[in-house]
Amino acid sequence: MENNNVIYGINGPVVTVKKADCFEMMEMVHVGKQRLVGEVIGITDDLTTIQVYEETTGLKPGDPVTGTGAPMNVLLGPGIIDNIFDGIERPLKAIEEQSGSFINRGSAVSSLDDQKLWSVTVKVNVGDKLEGGQIYATLPETPLIEHKLMVHPDISGVVTKVMPDGEYKIFDTVAVIKDDNGVEHNLTLCQKWPIRTSRPVKERLTSSVPLITGQRIIDTLFPIAKGGTAAIPGGFGTGKTMTQHQLAKWCDADIIIYVGCGERGNEMSQVLEEFSELIDPKSQRPMTDRTVLIANTSNMPVAAREASIYTGITLGEYYRDMGYHVALMADSTSRWAEALREISGRLEEMPAEEGFPAYLPSRLAEFYERSGRAEVLSGGEGSVTLIGAVSPQGSDFSEPVTQNTKRFTRCFWALDKSLAYARHYPAINWIESYSDYFNDLDSWFREKCGEDFIEYRNKISALLQEENSLMEIVKLIGSDVLPDDQKLVIETAKVIRVGFLQQNAFHAEDTFVPLEKQKLMMKTILHLHSKSKEIVAKEIPLSKVLQLGLFDKLTKMKYDIPNNKPEMFDDYIKEIDEKLAAFL
Amino acid sequence: MIIDYVGVKEINGSLIVMDGIKGVSNEEIVDIHLDNGTMRQGRVVQIEGDKIVIQVFEGTRRISLKNTKTRLTGHPMEMPLSPEIIGRVLNGSGKPIDGLGDIFPVKRSNINGTPINPVSRIYPNNYINTGISTIDTLMTLIRGQKLPIFSGSGMKHNDLAVQIVRQAKISGADSTNFGVVFAAMGVQKDVAEYFRNSFEESGVLSRVVMLLNLSNDPIIERTLTPRCALTIAEYLAFELDMHILVIMTDMTSYAEALREFSSSKGEIPGRKGYPGYLYSDLASLYERAGMIKGHSGSVTQIPILTMPNDDITHPIPDLTGYITEGQIVLDRGLQGQGLYPPVSVLPSLSRLMKDGIGEGFTRADHQPLANQLFASYAKVIDARSLASVIGEEELSPIDKKYIEFGKLFEAKFVNQGFNENRSIEQSLDLGWELLSVLPRSELDRVDDAILDKYYKEM
Repeated sequence: MENNNVIYGINGPVVTVKKADCFEMMEMVHVGKQRLVGEVIGITDDLTTIQVYEETTGLKPGDPVTGTGAPMNVLLGPGIIDNIFDGIERPLKAIEEQSGSFINRGSAVSSLDDQKLWSVTVKVNVGDKLEGGQIYATLPETPLIEHKLMVHPDISGVVTKVMPDGEYKIFDTVAVIKDDNGVEHNLTLCQKWPIRTSRPVKERLTSSVPLITGQRIIDTLFPIAKGGTAAIPGGFGTGKTMTQHQLAKWCDADIIIYVGCGERGNEMSQVLEEFSELIDPKSQRPMTDRTVLIANTSNMPVAAREASIYTGITLGEYYRDMGYHVALMADSTSRWAEALREISGRLEEMPAEEGFPAYLPSRLAEFYERSGRAEVLSGGEGSVTLIGAVSPQGSDFSEPVTQNTKRFTRCFWALDKSLAYARHYPAINWIESYSDYFNDLDSWFREKCGEDFIEYRNKISALLQEENSLMEIVKLIGSDVLPDDQKLVIETAKVIRVGFLQQNAFHAEDTFVPLEKQKLMMKTILHLHSKSKEIVAKEIPLSKVLQLGLFDKLTKMKYDIPNNKPEMFDDYIKEIDEKLAAFL
Repeated sequence: MIIDYVGVKEINGSLIVMDGIKGVSNEEIVDIHLDNGTMRQGRVVQIEGDKIVIQVFEGTRRISLKNTKTRLTGHPMEMPLSPEIIGRVLNGSGKPIDGLGDIFPVKRSNINGTPINPVSRIYPNNYINTGISTIDTLMTLIRGQKLPIFSGSGMKHNDLAVQIVRQAKISGADSTNFGVVFAAMGVQKDVAEYFRNSFEESGVLSRVVMLLNLSNDPIIERTLTPRCALTIAEYLAFELDMHILVIMTDMTSYAEALREFSSSKGEIPGRKGYPGYLYSDLASLYERAGMIKGHSGSVTQIPILTMPNDDITHPIPDLTGYITEGQIVLDRGLQGQGLYPPVSVLPSLSRLMKDGIGEGFTRADHQPLANQLFASYAKVIDARSLASVIGEEELSPIDKKYIEFGKLFEAKFVNQGFNENRSIEQSLDLGWELLSVLPRSELDRVDDAILDKYYKEM
C-alpha cells in the first residue's frame, strides 16, 4: 500500500499526522526522511500524535511517517552484557564508530552486533516438545555469564530441525519448531520484546533472601531483599549517584543493569571507566563482564529518556528468565517523571499535582511491580531488584515523585543534606529511612548470621533512636547537663555513627564489608557500651572511661581491622575488658 | 524559487503566527523585512499544517499585520565560525558589534549542537588551580567540569569569576591554547564593562570572545546567547584543541527569558511558572562541557546565577544543581562580615574533585584534609547554634574549641584578598595549621599515618 501518512504539525518532540487510520496505539514509527524513531501516543479520528525519540529540528510538514506494525521493542540476545546503550537500545559504541563523538540523528545501527560469531551449544533434539520460555541452546556471553536462549514466551511446539553445535551469528537459525497450528518458527539467537510489557513468569516467590551490598547501614539497618524495591531520595549533592555506584559495584547480584536516566555525561563516562577497571571480588573478572549500561544523558532527547527505564527493566527481565539475579539501578526516576511531565505538557493534557500528569502514580506502580523474585519459565529461580534514585525538587520529600515512589517501594533510604554537608557518607538518615523486609528476611539472617545478629541490630537501632531524642535536649541546653548514663548513650551513638554507619567508599578495606565483620563491629561497640554502663551505674564519672581512648579506638576499627582478620576483634574485646577491669 | 510571505496573521508577545506557508521545516530561521527597511530574524517554533509560529529574536515592536515580508532561509540557526572569532565582541545572537566587520566563516554550526556520545567522553580528572583556598582545597575545579556559582543580587560573584579567570592555571594550557568565552545574559552595561576591563588588565582580552545580551536587549535573543557561546566554545575546544573556560552570567535572566517565551506561546507552566522542560533546556546547555576522545581541548563552564531571594530551592538553582557537577555557593552573611570570597563552604561541592586530587595531582593528604575540614566546620555550625541558645560561656570546652576553629577558619582560610594567589601547598598547609586548634581525637576523618605527618597539636 502506498504510504500517504505525512507530518502535519510539529511541536518540540511531538509530531502529529492528519487523517491516518493505520497506526496502533504505542506502535513504533519512523518519522521523516532521516527515519527518526518515534512512538504513537495518541489517536483521534483526525490526528495521530507521535512522540519522537530524537531532535525534531529540520522536520517538515509533508515528510513521510511509516509504521513498523509493532510496539516499541528491544532486541534480546547475546551481546547485551558489557555493552552501553542509549534509551532505546542503540549501542553507543557502534554509533561512535559511525558518526563520531557527537550523536547524529537517525543513526541506524543494529542493537546487537550482527556479525559476531557465538559458539552455541544446542540443548534440544528433534521431536522434543518446547513450551514458551524453555531453553533450547546456550552460549558463553562473557566469561562470567552463560547466555541461555529461550523460546519466545508466546510460542511453543515440537522441534522439527536442529543445527549442530558451532559458531552462529545472532540472526542465524539454530532450531525450528512447529506449533499446534502447523506453523514453523525459526529459533535464532535473539528475540524481540515490547518494552512496556512485562515478561511472564511461572510463579512469583516471596522476597526471603537479602541482597548483600557490603554497605553497613543498608545490610544491617535497612536491608533489601533480592527481587525487592528501594528508593533513594535526596537533594543534589547528597550522594545518590555515589550510593548507586557503590551498590552496583558490590551487591551480590549476578547481573547489574545501570540506567543513567537524564543524568550527567561525565558521570556516565566515570561509570564506564571505573567499571572496566574494577575487578569483581568473587570471580576476579572485570565488572563489565556482568554489567549493562543504559546512558541517556540529560541532553539526549527527552522521549528516549522516558523509554530508557522500560528498556532497562526489559533487559533485566530477560536475564531473570535465564535464572539470574539481576539488580537494576535507575538514576534517576525523577528525570523520568519529568520527561513524562514534559511530554504531557506538549500534549496539553490536564496537569495534576505540580504539573505532573495524573497517571504518574500508575506509571510508577507499573514500573516497580516489574521487580520480584520468581520461578521462571525455564525452571529455576531468578529475580530483578529495583533501586531507584529520586531527586526531589527543592530537596522537599513531600513532592509528588517522592511521595508516590514511597507508596510502591518497600525500602526507603532517605539521604540527608546535613549529613552530606558534614561529608558523612553514605548520607542515609537512620531516623527517616526504613526497610519493610525485616520480617521476610528474618529467618535468613537467623540462619546465616546467627540469632545475635538481629539482637545486635535491634540494640544499635534503639541506641540511635535514644540518641535522637536526647539530641533534642542537647540542642537546647548542651550536653554538659545530661546525667552520665545519657551521656554514655550519646558517646556510644557517636561511635556508631562515625565508626559504623559512615563508610568510606574510597578506602580499600572500608568500601565493602562482609556481614561477619559488620556483626563483629556491632558486637564490639555494644560490648564497650554495656561495660561502660556498668561502670557508670557505680557512679564512676564517664569522663574517666572516655580518657582511656577506647571509644576513639572503636571509631577507627573500620580502618584498622582488615576484612580478612575477624580474629582481631577478640583482641579488641580483650583490651576493653582489661582496661575497664580497674573500675569494676 | 524564493517566496516572500507578506504580512502576518497574529502577533502575541514575541511570537508571530503566519499561515499559508509551504515547505517550512522545524526550527528553521526566517528573515523578516519590515517596511522601514530594517530586518529581523526569527525561528520557527511550532508547525501545524500550513500555519506556523515564529519567535522573533529582536521582539515584535512596530510589526503590524501588514508591514512585513518574511522569507524562509532553509536552514536552522547557525553560527559562523572561524579561528578569527577569538578576541571579538558579538551581540547576543552572535553578530559582531565591535565594528570590525563580519566573521568570514570557515564553517557554520547549528547552535543547538548535538549531544556528546557518553562513550566518547574522557572522564575529567585534571584539576585547575584557581589560587583560591576554599575552591582549590574543598571544591576543586576540574578541567571539563561545569561548576556554577550560586550567588544573590549584590554579592561578589563577578569578582570571584574574574579572579578565577585571572588566576586559573590549567595544566597543558598556555597563552596559545587557552581562551575564555564570556556570555552576558541580561546583565547591566557596567557589569559587562567590568568584565571587559578585568580581562584587559589581566592581559587575556585578546583571547576572549564576548557575547553581550544586556538587560535592555531583546529577551528572545537571550535564549540564543548561551547556545551561540557554547557553539563557539565547542569549535575552539574540539576543532582547534584549545582549553576554553566559558563564563555565563546570569543564568537566572536566561531562565526568565525562557519563561516569558513559554508563557507567550501558551504552554502549560510547571513550577513557579517556568516551563516543564526547564530541566531539559538547562541540561542542553550545561552538558556541553567536557572533553572528548581524540581531542586535547576542553570546555569548562562556570555559569553564574543569582538565586532569587537567596533561595537555593528555587527551581533555577535547584535544577542547575541536579545537572552540574557541584556548585560554589556564596553567602550573604559572610559577605556582611567583610569576608571575600564569601564562599559558604558546607553547601558547596565539586563532584569531580575526588579523582583529580591526591597523589600525583595535588598531595596525598588533600582528600582526607578536605573531609576533615568539612566535618569540623559542620560541627562549628552546631556549636554556634547551641551557643546562640545557651550563650558561648556555657559551652563545653570542646565546643569552645570549635567556635575558635570556626572563627580562624573563616578569617584565614575563607578570607583571601582579591589579588592574592595561593598555591595548593599553601592552602593545604593552612588547612592543617587551622586544624591544629582542635585536639587530635576530634579528627576522625583522617587516618593515623597522615595525622602523624601533618598534624601538629598546639
